[in-house]
Amino acid sequence: MLDTASPCLEVRNLVVEFPGRHGTLTALNDVSLAIRSGEILGVVGESGAGKSMTGAAILGLLERPGQIAGGEILLSGRRIDALSDREMEKVRGREIGAIFQDPLTSLNPLFTVGAQLSETIRQHIPGSSRTKARARAIELLQEVGIPGPQERIDHFPHQFSGGMRQRVVIALALAARPRLIIADEPTTALDVSIQAQISGLLRKLSKEHDTAVMLVTHDMGVIAETADRVAVMYAGRLIEIGPVDEVLKSPAHPYTRGLMASIPALGARVERLHQIDGSMPRLNAIPQGCAFNPRCKQAGPRCRRERPDLMPTRTGEAACWLYEGGVE
Amino acid sequence: MNVTGAAALEVDRLDRVFDVSSPFLNRVLYRQGRRYLHAVNDVSFTVPKGGCLSLVGESGCGKSTVARLVTGIYRPSAGEIRFAPGRSGQPLSAQMIFQDPYASLNPRWRVKNIIAEPLRELKLRDTEAAISDRVAELLTVVGLSVADGEKFPHEFSGGQRQRISIARALASEPEFLVCDEPTSALDVSVQAQILNLMRRLQDELGLTYLFISHDLSVVRHMSDRIAVMYLGRIVEQAETEVLFADPKHPYTRLLLETIPDVNSPNRDRRTVAGEVPSPLAPPSGCTFHPRCPLAQNRCKTERPALDSKSDGASVACHFA
Repeated sequence: MLDTASPCLEVRNLVVEFPGRHGTLTALNDVSLAIRSGEILGVVGESGAGKSMTGAAILGLLERPGQIAGGEILLSGRRIDALSDREMEKVRGREIGAIFQDPLTSLNPLFTVGAQLSETIRQHIPGSSRTKARARAIELLQEVGIPGPQERIDHFPHQFSGGMRQRVVIALALAARPRLIIADEPTTALDVSIQAQISGLLRKLSKEHDTAVMLVTHDMGVIAETADRVAVMYAGRLIEIGPVDEVLKSPAHPYTRGLMASIPALGARVERLHQIDGSMPRLNAIPQGCAFNPRCKQAGPRCRRERPDLMPTRTGEAACWLYEGGVE
Repeated sequence: MNVTGAAALEVDRLDRVFDVSSPFLNRVLYRQGRRYLHAVNDVSFTVPKGGCLSLVGESGCGKSTVARLVTGIYRPSAGEIRFAPGRSGQPLSAQMIFQDPYASLNPRWRVKNIIAEPLRELKLRDTEAAISDRVAELLTVVGLSVADGEKFPHEFSGGQRQRISIARALASEPEFLVCDEPTSALDVSVQAQILNLMRRLQDELGLTYLFISHDLSVVRHMSDRIAVMYLGRIVEQAETEVLFADPKHPYTRLLLETIPDVNSPNRDRRTVAGEVPSPLAPPSGCTFHPRCPLAQNRCKTERPALDSKSDGASVACHFA
């Protein structure tokens, strides 16, 4: 793929705020990222870091009173952050597909999976007849690896196992052949042996249809096996982004380094795991300067004073003064 | 760790059956029989004093049911659970740490009262002053400050809440802790803090752990011995290093192969087909045969017994 090709999704300086009685909370602060067609971008971070919020903002599904307070979201060069609810409904599903964590709550228990798939197909592809939509639904079920799609299409969600349900949800997301899929923790509710099947499926589909995928997860293992590039978030900001092998093998930001070291390795047993002391700050108490400075062993006076922006490192970008002029 | 030869807990041929029949009227109207779910089937293991045995497996394999049987929340349908005599001469006292620190703490109670509850309930301290001394001591042991006792659970993050659960579990000075997925609701950096804390407490207080998890990398870090469960039965049991170096049961191998490993990602893995069958209708013979790459006709009819191997492992497979 050419680097010059315009990206499928581009997020520029996105700010999401939650105005409240006790002041405004900034949930996302100056987040910029881009995903090309056929590329899987993994977004990792601890709970509350803002990774799901980024997905929700792109889908136009921010919960009130959350609102986009700044920045732009471009889908194939077209701005989608300022669309009306009605216009956004056409984009969601048609151009952006979504896969959520819990496959049971994403499906309507009262309708067969065939009815739900056909509805989505007919909604987004005008002029498709009932029989055509049904044939396409069977094709989709086949594509996501559900055995016996001719019979399974008339089953209800509860008749499917967790892994199979997640496949149905993926089929739903694919129904209108979207350009971008936002997958929010798609494997978290599943057992390990099923996790591998689902992440393999996402990878295969992304390459075959040249679809851009934003894979939001807290599981570094899933990222390592599925994503092409990875973005690390901390306290509402993007702190590191780069090719997956580089970021995981030689992380640049001290937070990413700590995160990687705290994962118990399968290869060897250590007496004591590396731990990052403390926990991520709450949104109403984000420290001045770099949000990570109170937990960072390499922090200097500058980190407590000024907030670093993303700066180029050897292979990617990291928001840390170590890469621009030092911490003094 | 000082692992002595003596057993802290012996579990012998444990069975637990749940009645999952439809209501009486439905059974009569639709002519259904009673239905039973065999959640734990002929499970035997021993946990040595000061050691850590882990039960691993996918959801629905019965590992949490075993935890609940051991702590007495469920009664066994058959089999025996024997705790060795502890420091007091009475059978070892056991406590449990639960998976979800958001659901296992009462949101209306101050943390000091949550931790003091076992002390008051079991009358372990006589005066209020002695109780608050003990609560302060427990808070310090798990790495919280004494002032945190005045707060409510919602003021803490997930990792800190799990520290509170641990402090509560330790309040009655148990010698045996059953930990049911204690870190699976936590983020990795916090998970490392809790696992380190649990290892430290094990050394300092001489605790014995029964550790339940689905995460093999966590299990490897914590345990001396691992038992792999599948559909209510133990299919392989071995010392941790033996199990990782030489997994013998095809299911153990499948589990080890499918864990996404950050250090050597396996992008082009052959994914294993199939899923865990419903425990309501387990397959005949070896219950793993529909997913097993080695399965032959014999596996469909004959259930393999758990056989001991020369390296101390025991495996239930015809071909291991």
